[in-house]
Amino acid sequence: MTELLTAPETAPETEREPVQKVSIVVSKGSLEGIYPALIMANGARMEGIDADLFFTFFGLDAIRKDRQGKIRVATVGNPGLHLPALVGILPGMSWVATKMMQRQMEKLDIPPIGEFLELIHDSGGGIYACHATVEMFGLTMEDFVPQVDGILTVGEFYERSAGAQIVFT
Amino acid sequence: MTTTEPTTAAVERDAEGFLVHPERWTRELAEEIARESGIPELSPRHWQVIEFMRNRYLETGAAPSIRSLGKESGVPIKELYELFPKGPAKLAAKIGGIPKPRGCI
Repeated sequence: MTELLTAPETAPETEREPVQKVSIVVSKGSLEGIYPALIMANGARMEGIDADLFFTFFGLDAIRKDRQGKIRVATVGNPGLHLPALVGILPGMSWVATKMMQRQMEKLDIPPIGEFLELIHDSGGGIYACHATVEMFGLTMEDFVPQVDGILTVGEFYERSAGAQIVFT
Repeated sequence: MTTTEPTTAAVERDAEGFLVHPERWTRELAEEIARESGIPELSPRHWQVIEFMRNRYLETGAAPSIRSLGKESGVPIKELYELFPKGPAKLAAKIGGIPKPRGCI
């Protein structure tokens, strides 16, 4: 049994392919559903890695003019907050949790969502909306912030993602 | 007058090519690191970014985030990526002889 304890064989450092490109799908419209994707996309660009963001379902809220400023932390069904379930449903709880988190993020130099998307866009990252959900919600390009590069079908998304690592959040 | 400036062969660098001792940095060294990083020549705009990074590090002990680099260096984000396509914060730090920025932003 001792052989089980030996480290598994891994490829030597020099043979590991660096990540060249990432395509990140954002499907959730909560603050904690959106930020990780933005941080990963921006972080990719900072490393010289190509990055695309593809917003679908409630993730679209992040790029909607009328909703971008209203993104909140989910205080219901979010065990990570360690709030008693009945406290999470109180009016204003989500607002308070969001304000606290935003203050903490500003301290760490993490920008608000609108500015963050601008940063990613200016860094050369692609920002796309999902065609199926755009139709489902009855939206057009007019409804989106100017950083959005276009509306893609799933097929077009896969085409753009050729050679990329696809990350779903 | 001959100089005895250290060249990249003479200074200690980590596995990724960042200087281990920022105080040993010189402008000649910067040009050499830039060339090996795929930037054949450093323009005044490159220097503006490199000097901002280096000064901020020497003042505060930490490299600025890409956000403050874009807001405060006088070079906007788009141009930063044109100047340093492989990542402005990382490359400007390397060329400026300071440690690799540790932040996620």
